[in-house]
Amino acid sequence: MTAVVETDGLGKRYRRLWALADCTLSIPAGHVVGLVGPNGAGKTTLLSLAAGLLAPTTGTIEVLGGRPGAGPAQLARVGFLAQDAPVYAGLSVADHLRLGARLNPGWDAELARSRIERLDLDPAQKAGKLSGGQRAQLALILAVAKRPELLLLDEPVASLDPLARREFLQDLMGAVAEQDLSVVLSSHLIGDLERVCDHLIVLVGSRVQVAGPVEDLLATHHLLTGPRRDPATLPAGQQVITASHTGRQTTLLVRTSDKILDPAWTVSEVGLEDLALAYMRQAGPGRRNHHHLEVQK
Amino acid sequence: MVIEFHLNSRSGVAPYLQLIHQVRHALRLGLLRVGDQLPKVKDVAAGLAINPNTVLKAYRELEYEGLVAARPGIGTFVTGTLGGGSLAAHGPLRRDLLRWLARARRAGLDDESIEALFLSTFRSAAEEDIA
Repeated sequence: MTAVVETDGLGKRYRRLWALADCTLSIPAGHVVGLVGPNGAGKTTLLSLAAGLLAPTTGTIEVLGGRPGAGPAQLARVGFLAQDAPVYAGLSVADHLRLGARLNPGWDAELARSRIERLDLDPAQKAGKLSGGQRAQLALILAVAKRPELLLLDEPVASLDPLARREFLQDLMGAVAEQDLSVVLSSHLIGDLERVCDHLIVLVGSRVQVAGPVEDLLATHHLLTGPRRDPATLPAGQQVITASHTGRQTTLLVRTSDKILDPAWTVSEVGLEDLALAYMRQAGPGRRNHHHLEVQK
Repeated sequence: MVIEFHLNSRSGVAPYLQLIHQVRHALRLGLLRVGDQLPKVKDVAAGLAINPNTVLKAYRELEYEGLVAARPGIGTFVTGTLGGGSLAAHGPLRRDLLRWLARARRAGLDDESIEALFLSTFRSAAEEDIA
């Protein structure tokens, strides 16, 4: 599998603050990849580095095999939609399309026109007068009409209401189906990602906590509940992600590709959201060993 | 379009399986017949806001089961049927099951016990078949 984004020891420092440190990851092509993590995990910094808007302080990053922002050819291959879908408030929808056509060598005017039509956007309308959802959709049209191979979206739906959010994701999935795009989108709303992403990366404090195809992740994580037990006595091959105990009961989230054979456990499946949250909790600052402390009577 | 898919995000059932179930269900009920075209991948993806790979996976699985066939560049079409020949057997089987249910009630089983007994018997029989 080829990678669309590959980083090695990547870091970005603003004065004395590291926004991203020692980040090593590989994002496969041909997927819709969800990049999730708490605020401050480095998601925006990582996407900005991939778009070539920032230069790394340390380490390396390759996007589609090239250096981000290295030249017009590289820029044309990558679409980037920054947080809150910035558009020019004083320009009309039609102005935006003309601008897109002038600035992008691979501009697909027909695609842009048909998408604007489908959304029923008035070409004469000033972008500043559009609703939040319409602005996001206009920004998405500009990003996909340049016909990129990779589309980077930073928190594209965070500020949208539920209906606009669904419509945005419908547009995005339509574009993915039509255009053979790789997509990386960051979000802290994991619920939104569950339907659209087939690959997940959980980033906490610059570090990849877990990454992989969503289907594999769901198939290999199980929630076990049973009589109180020391997680250290589990069979080899069962990796404990989180553990909590009461006086009598133990609840574990384990990762394993083997079957859970011990009849003492009640085994249930976990959703993507709970899975991602468990990794974030596990990696939370100062809470690395929280399961040893979280003993209640 | 012959059928329209819907997704229940709280069911815990993987989306691609939900799509497969809905096609199989429509085939069983005769809502989908041989020659019908399944909704286009991009329309399902855009309609439900789901990953096109999820739709492709469901269609591939249905193709593997011999129920549909993809014609590159055109679409995916129904080629098989489900349960068509066995519909006639449903009546007698249902009568047997009703007799069994009446016996279970006479023996004092409540609804949950009946369901649990049926499911555990069904599962162990299915496991024996595999073994």
